[in-house]
Amino acid sequence: MNFPTDLKYTTKDEWIRVEGNTATIGISDFAQDALSDIVFVEYAVSEGDDVGKGDTLGTIESVKAASDVYFPVGGKIVAVNEDLLDAPELVNTDPYGEAWMIKIELGDPAEVESMLDAAAYEADTKGRE
Amino acid sequence: MTEQKTIYEKSSPGRRAVRFPKPEVPLTALPNEFLRKDLVLPEVDELEAVRHFTNLSQLNHGVDTGFYPLGSCTMKYNPRINEETARLSGFAKSHPLQPSETVQGNLKLMYLLQKYLAEISGFSQVTLQPAAGAHGELTGVMIIRKYLYKKGETQRNKILIPDSAHGTNPATSAMNNFKVVEIKSDARGNIDLEALRAECDDTLAGLMLTNPNTLGMFEENVQEVCKIVHDAGGLVYGDGANMNALLGIAKPAEFGIDILHYNLHKTFSTPHGGGGPGSGPVGVVDFLVDYLPGPLVEIVEEDEEGNPFYDLVTPKHSIGRMKAFHGQFGMMVRAYTYILMHGAKGLREVSEMAVLNANYLMHKLKDTYKIPYERTCMHEFVIEGRWEDAPDIHALDISKRMMDFGIHPPTTYFPLIVKEALMVEPTETENLETLDYFVEVMLKIAKEAHEEPEILHAAPLTTPIRRMDEVKAAKDLVLCCVWPEDAIRAE
Repeated sequence: MNFPTDLKYTTKDEWIRVEGNTATIGISDFAQDALSDIVFVEYAVSEGDDVGKGDTLGTIESVKAASDVYFPVGGKIVAVNEDLLDAPELVNTDPYGEAWMIKIELGDPAEVESMLDAAAYEADTKGRE
Repeated sequence: MTEQKTIYEKSSPGRRAVRFPKPEVPLTALPNEFLRKDLVLPEVDELEAVRHFTNLSQLNHGVDTGFYPLGSCTMKYNPRINEETARLSGFAKSHPLQPSETVQGNLKLMYLLQKYLAEISGFSQVTLQPAAGAHGELTGVMIIRKYLYKKGETQRNKILIPDSAHGTNPATSAMNNFKVVEIKSDARGNIDLEALRAECDDTLAGLMLTNPNTLGMFEENVQEVCKIVHDAGGLVYGDGANMNALLGIAKPAEFGIDILHYNLHKTFSTPHGGGGPGSGPVGVVDFLVDYLPGPLVEIVEEDEEGNPFYDLVTPKHSIGRMKAFHGQFGMMVRAYTYILMHGAKGLREVSEMAVLNANYLMHKLKDTYKIPYERTCMHEFVIEGRWEDAPDIHALDISKRMMDFGIHPPTTYFPLIVKEALMVEPTETENLETLDYFVEVMLKIAKEAHEEPEILHAAPLTTPIRRMDEVKAAKDLVLCCVWPEDAIRAE
């Protein structure tokens, strides 16, 4: 299981990568492994939307279950990865790379600070095993 | 087993099953605009058609052909006497628009079934209209919404759903425009009371509670749970899909449920699967009777000798009709038959045996399979289909392998709160030999998982179609019939 140290995580298995004032959001390797083969990705939001921390980002559906994905931080959406609509399996093969879901302009950079680092997130997933 | 060809692959031009006599009137060709070039019909003789469909029907697995421990679905035996009574001409050949005086027997049966179901759960009245469990849920939550709106409490827009509830509950709430908030389970598989209290504010509309829950556990704090919700001004909806554990033992209305649906096609032995049709009557406590869908069957008058006259009556604040006519009447006849055949004592024995059978299986499997919540279970239980020393084996592999032994797989990957969940519900109608056979198969599969995992990964090995490609099945949906390319004839 892969937990890149340059990312921040939530206990609901989202990750973000902060570059300047922009954050990229996706779901973790642990999450894709638990879901197994992913067959659909659906977004609840569009580019330009203002969103708050905890809002629903979209839904990821696998052969086992459908799970909602939430915004770990708030802000304004600047990009949506529509490639996943046609190729949801990218979430299984490259959860931290090609399968990024959304980029947002951070509303409150302090929200990032409250997220987990890789070690804390890995410990959290161990507790759920 | 031989490969199954489709009826199109068996087709041969010019072959036919029926030869029509020479017509007595002149033949006229079909008008051109009605001729479809893309419509290909198979051409087979009568015997081929009979064999084809008879063979297909024999590939099916049903409770009449084998063990079917599909958790939360209560795949019990459907007694044949139900079919006898449902076919009595007075029931089978009446029409729902007949005048009431011509169908007093049918109305009486509905009236008594309302009464019996109400008695079983301690409710004041029951509607028989809903056509399935989820339809019953929709009915119940619409009643909650109308009741609250009528009280002027329109700010109540939130329904709480434990993470051990049935999967349809959140959809039902969302359909009624309620916000869904999930409440987590505690270490014993009960609702976490602190998490529940934290959500009980003046926006609370209600709680949807499945008891026994999908872990097969009786909610130990159910009275406290209902009290917390009631004190906050909310109503408690009970998902009665698991009523097979409670008949004659506990009445949901007495532990605090306000509204509950029954699944006649689970608990009361009406056909399930293969189209059913389902039937999901809904019971309510006294202050909600006026909101039930209409019409209900009531005694509207009695003659001088005291003979009742049954008729259809719509409650005062009814949410309206949930179904054309009166619901699935044929299923009402079957469920009524089932209740009468068992009687009060017999129904209690149904639940006692259902719970005993489930506990027997759980006990026999617990040293081999991990039981996430080790408590006495109710009518079903959940095991984990994974072992640390067999890392490549998943619940799905175990389920697929069971098919090779003539057993329908249990509910797989539900509830979501258990890793690699397998939910097993044997029901009361299975005998000891069948239960022991199941245990034997499960122990054999566990052994294979450790010693010959490739068997499990390849399973099922004995079915005409082997392991399905579930990703393709989910992604590349083909929902209407597509003719094989080579079968489409050129003009």
